[in-house]
Amino acid sequence: MAKSKNPKVFAYRRENGRVGIRNHVVILPLDDLSNSACEKVAYNVKGTKAIPHAYGRLQFGKDLELFFRTMIGTGANPNVAAVVVIGIEPDWTNRIVEGIAQTGKPVAGFSIERYGEFKTVEMASWKAKEYIQWASELSREPVDLKEIWVSVKCGESDTTSGLASNPTVGNALEKLVAMGATCSFGETSEITGAEMVCKSRAANAKIGEQFMATFNAYQKMIDDNKTDDLSGSQPTKGNIRGGLTTIEEKAFGNLQKIGKKISYVGVLDKAEAPTGRGLWFMDTSSAAAEAVTLWAAAGFVAHFFPTGQGNIIGNPIEPVIKLTANPLTAKTMSEHIDYDCSAILRGEMTLDQSGDNLLQMLIRTCNGRLTAQETLGHEEFVLTKLYESA
Amino acid sequence: MIQFLVHEEADNVGVATVDIKSGEKAKGLYMDSQKKVEVKALQDIPLGHKIALTKFKKDDSVIKYGHDIGRVVAEIKIGEHVHIHNLKTRRW
Repeated sequence: MAKSKNPKVFAYRRENGRVGIRNHVVILPLDDLSNSACEKVAYNVKGTKAIPHAYGRLQFGKDLELFFRTMIGTGANPNVAAVVVIGIEPDWTNRIVEGIAQTGKPVAGFSIERYGEFKTVEMASWKAKEYIQWASELSREPVDLKEIWVSVKCGESDTTSGLASNPTVGNALEKLVAMGATCSFGETSEITGAEMVCKSRAANAKIGEQFMATFNAYQKMIDDNKTDDLSGSQPTKGNIRGGLTTIEEKAFGNLQKIGKKISYVGVLDKAEAPTGRGLWFMDTSSAAAEAVTLWAAAGFVAHFFPTGQGNIIGNPIEPVIKLTANPLTAKTMSEHIDYDCSAILRGEMTLDQSGDNLLQMLIRTCNGRLTAQETLGHEEFVLTKLYESA
Repeated sequence: MIQFLVHEEADNVGVATVDIKSGEKAKGLYMDSQKKVEVKALQDIPLGHKIALTKFKKDDSVIKYGHDIGRVVAEIKIGEHVHIHNLKTRRW
């Protein structure tokens, strides 16, 4: 593949022109109270997928805006063919339905008040059956690999991450961005120690200032809420045992995921969709499930996840491709790993070859290969909450 | 088989990819240029830990990934272990 400047994959072209690599029919609860009805519908109608979560009641202000952006974005993601929304009451349910409907995809809402759960489940099941049978006849078509939006984030990192798996992701991202793809990185707090270099990687000074403002706001949030001095805990004792000495070293290892040369073209708020091609920074938590949920809601359809010690995260709609350079993790946790790049550590594979191998795994995933996480049913959908509900 | 990797030409430390024993002539590889390098280890360097490729004086910078990762706080000889006993963050 890597020799081709414009590789093709087989994917689903959605009504709004975006490209998805999965064909999910999602049963989406507005709120915690509606999880039960959604799970019953997903049980009734095989092939559909409920995405239960813990929130959606009495949220307000920016936290409520983020909630709606995440829920609407999840339904709007091109990996989703159609959506049934169920909420306790009709107003907020319709807000999500209308948001998703802007993509042009089939979406219908049901509310439980005045019907009860039995009747709601019955009505929603009929609609879900209609959608899954319609979606099951959609076919994949050839599209350019560059149309696949890819997010990146690492977890349970160790020295093998900075040495090989993060640079592998960086190499693949450089090739994707050169093709004209849309990619995103984040983990605002993990950049601590390399923030000035990250700032300098912005496409222009204004974007660099935007990054710094976002970074400083996140630092302030941590400072305002911390109950002990985090300076003593970074790098962690485990990091130090593994050979990491300073916070700078840890941060530069993390930053290897964006390669050596690419500049980012913009700074995104949580779950905000990019407006053009290139690499984008998104303000996210460094907690894996929260971050990937935000990227899925922003419209990203595949995720590169390098891990050292073996983070096992997945997402219900955005396939997570896991790679490790730690031979022990590759051996003892092989059911979680899609790509083992430990040959780099033996000097038997270059980063360039490894980046090509990862792109090959992306192409196979786009064409339908299930990721390790998908076969295991790892579907951690975790909403980012900015503060308490009213 | 190699015993350590160096990220970039500009780096002055390598990272052990196996446990390196004191006295061993350790073979390394630059990941960008694929250039080979050999260093005699003066101390044990555990897997994942850093080995000095140059001499360091106090207040020198350790360069890894092409970037300054901290300040040297005790002299380091070529082949010695670089870690919390001789390298500190510039942050706090």
